[in-house]
Amino acid sequence: MSLSQLLQQILNGLSLGSIYALIALGYTMVYGILKLINFAHGEVFMVGAYAGYFAALGLGVDQAASGGGFPLHLAALALALAMGSAALLGMAIEYLAYRPVRNAPRLTPLITAIGVSLFLQNAALLAFSPNPRPYPPILRELRYEVGGVIVTNVKLAIFAVAIALMLLLRWFVQSTWTGKAMRAVATNVDAARLMGIDVNRIIRVTFAVGSALAAAGGILFGLDQIMINPSMGVLTGLKAFVAAVLGGIGNIQGAVVGGLLIGLAEQLTAGYISPDYRDAITFLILILILMLRPQGLFGLVRPEKV
Amino acid sequence: MFWLRRAGIALAVVLGLIGLELALEALLIEYAQRILLLAGINVILAVSLNLINGTTGQFSIGHAGFMAIGAYTAAVVGTELAPGIEGVLGPGLLASAIIFNLALLTGALLAGAAGVAVGAPSLRLRGDYLAVVTLGFGEIIRILFNNAEFLGAATGYFGDRPAGLPPYTSFFWVLGWAILVVLGIRNLTFSQIGRSLIAIREDEVAAEAMATPSTRLKVLAFSLSAACAGIAGGLFAHMQAGVRPEDFRFEKSIDMIVMIIIGGLGSISGAVVGGVFVAVTLELMRDLQEYRLVLYALLLIVIMLVRPKGLFGDRELSDIVRARLTRPEASK
Repeated sequence: MSLSQLLQQILNGLSLGSIYALIALGYTMVYGILKLINFAHGEVFMVGAYAGYFAALGLGVDQAASGGGFPLHLAALALALAMGSAALLGMAIEYLAYRPVRNAPRLTPLITAIGVSLFLQNAALLAFSPNPRPYPPILRELRYEVGGVIVTNVKLAIFAVAIALMLLLRWFVQSTWTGKAMRAVATNVDAARLMGIDVNRIIRVTFAVGSALAAAGGILFGLDQIMINPSMGVLTGLKAFVAAVLGGIGNIQGAVVGGLLIGLAEQLTAGYISPDYRDAITFLILILILMLRPQGLFGLVRPEKV
Repeated sequence: MFWLRRAGIALAVVLGLIGLELALEALLIEYAQRILLLAGINVILAVSLNLINGTTGQFSIGHAGFMAIGAYTAAVVGTELAPGIEGVLGPGLLASAIIFNLALLTGALLAGAAGVAVGAPSLRLRGDYLAVVTLGFGEIIRILFNNAEFLGAATGYFGDRPAGLPPYTSFFWVLGWAILVVLGIRNLTFSQIGRSLIAIREDEVAAEAMATPSTRLKVLAFSLSAACAGIAGGLFAHMQAGVRPEDFRFEKSIDMIVMIIIGGLGSISGAVVGGVFVAVTLELMRDLQEYRLVLYALLLIVIMLVRPKGLFGDRELSDIVRARLTRPEASK
């Protein structure tokens, strides 16, 4: 295969990877604070994609598409609406399902999370029907050719939105009071509480932020992959989780790098080996990390305490 | 004397099973027979999954994958062995018993080996990773079978006879294997290894400090559990006259988790009750297919919130009966 085809695969891999990275952030933030694999996160991503779908339809994307294209400020509004509703969903899940079992033995919240994930997925199957839906043309696709590589404005928008959100998150976590409190809770819950941090509020905010990022990932995924369906959260969620583990779970920068690597690995496998193995490669990567470097690329080894 | 008594009990159980077999096949309509066979298979699945999820405190959510490996292996081995063994012994009860059990055991062996392959990397770490790895494993196994041309791909594998796989699965074998698996796992649970597994569940670091080889025991429990799921798969395959990849969807693993959570994580009697309960409710809810998983999911969440230890908790039926009998006010 030629160089331009390789570049094309890398471009596609990075755009898919930045979507995984957005979702992986939610896994890693929740794990960092609660030490819980939030199985329902993949479903929040799916609900976010559907929320964006309905928001865009409600804002008249169909009429706009036949006219001059969907205006950019309405596209941003659809994104904001989807992120907002996913944030509400995330906080509701935390409040109703996770908070009551927060101090229970480790297995109880895990089973609850699997239950929430199943519930959301199957409720969505009933509510939205199992048929895949074509994603509305929030952006009218424009193609540019740069040296044999096809670049679409959709891919560019994916990069722009993902990078903007990640920078925003970085600012939030590093520079705001709430972000600092979040890192304090992740380091030591009890010490943070003794310093006067409202731990419940921080956990709520963590779920809201993580879910909003997943919803943004959902819209970008819909734009990128064209179709959405109620089961899309399972596999994509799993891949994003592997991305978080690859980067070192609990580590925010790690999740971004992990997401990009998983996207690249998937796209290159599909392009150079066989599309049949694109899902299996993620799994292989997970097994390899667990065997060789379970703390992930950027994770710290923390001895387990009694 | 001791062994004589044991042998006597075993003989009585076998004779009882044969009697039960004849009676049930004569008395029950086919539909009820099917539910009862499924209940027996479910008991094997639930009790084996309980060994890893309940007793050892790890969490596997891909048990259907091991069941699928057992089912396909047993189906293929049975089909391949049948001409040779029937050629020597002639077709008949003895020949089919030998073929069937060899097929089941090979299925168990392969499923157990897959258990080691999946468990060894993931069980070195905290239990949460096993959940993710088994979730991926269950899906990937199904995708592999779905694409395996020599196993019939998406249509499934039906052996080389026009009627599909021979209907080896009967009450005798299902109940016989269920009894073997339940007794075997019960004895293991109350042995020194079982105590170590419980210690790992309660506090892995403390167990290791007491010189418990936790990774090795976790992998042992996991592969044993996978092997039993393989046997259940082989029984299931020869009940259905064939194996289809769609029989082993993620829903199947969830069914098994519901069985052990209803019964109570860590309780063998609870797993038996849960297995039968799910077999019966699945049949009753057949018309509500699409609501089934929503209801199961709600059931899981509600049980975790309200009664996180399930119906039995980690107590056995015998504990409860004994407590009743020894409590003074109960005997009044």
